[in-house]
Amino acid sequence: MKAKVHVFLKPGVLDVQGKAVEGALHGLGWGGVSNVRVGKVLEFDMDGADQDAAKAELKAMCEKLLANTVIESYKVEVA
Amino acid sequence: MALKAAVLVFPGSNCDRDCKTAVETTVGGKVEMVWHQETALPSGLDLIVVPGGFSYGDYLRCGAMASLSPVMQAVKTEAERGVSVLGICNGFQILCEAGLLPGALLRNAQLKYVCKPIELTIENRNTRFTSAYGNQQSVWMTQGNGDGNFFADPDTLKAIEDNDQVVFRYVENPNGSLNGIAGIVNTAGNVLGMMPHPDRAFEPALGSADGAPMFHSLVDALQSA
Repeated sequence: MKAKVHVFLKPGVLDVQGKAVEGALHGLGWGGVSNVRVGKVLEFDMDGADQDAAKAELKAMCEKLLANTVIESYKVEVA
Repeated sequence: MALKAAVLVFPGSNCDRDCKTAVETTVGGKVEMVWHQETALPSGLDLIVVPGGFSYGDYLRCGAMASLSPVMQAVKTEAERGVSVLGICNGFQILCEAGLLPGALLRNAQLKYVCKPIELTIENRNTRFTSAYGNQQSVWMTQGNGDGNFFADPDTLKAIEDNDQVVFRYVENPNGSLNGIAGIVNTAGNVLGMMPHPDRAFEPALGSADGAPMFHSLVDALQSA
């Protein structure tokens, strides 16, 4: 299975990288851009075929290592 | 009386020797360096220092991987027993990631690495880390980090303030830290994390000796215990 984990700063946590990118996009003329958030996407292969079990594993990985839930939220996908 | 201290060493630590020298120069004693793969710490420690640097290259998040190192389990056990733990800079990030301190350190608000001497007010002088500061109102230490912007959710932040867990606050906030927080203790008062470096300010030749009373405080606490 292919796993994909999205990790972003929670809404309400200042994303200074997002702000900087937004400023650069505005500078390039894309003035209609707002609320830019910079996050991470992790992709990896997982053994097994049970998608629900894999999602539970991914959630545990996020809670333990992949995300810091004090500041970040995550979303998991398996395919 | 001297401190029996250990300094943890992670791949990418770069202030580990500074911390060892700071302790040995200010209060003497035996300072052991402990590699992060160790599963046990030397027995009878008075102080565990989690040093600054860039453990694991700051990959994923600053301090994230180091917080899961084998030695950190031993640090948690010792912290629960009441042994003093001091995390400086990356060490502060590691202690937050390990759940030994509340909150987290975000990227500096202005996206710049801040590297300069910085003034801090002493907010709580009743901790075992600050008792020797007497009536001194503020200290100078150097700051050197890119992710020193202290964050906690509103409830946690209120609890930190209400419990007098803020030990140091920036006189001029250099990085967007909430409430200008530069250093906090846990509720038990034996774990201190701070972004500025007492290990780079322990004798006048370094530009400031304001870090030295921190180590003297720890010795005083042992003597009065």
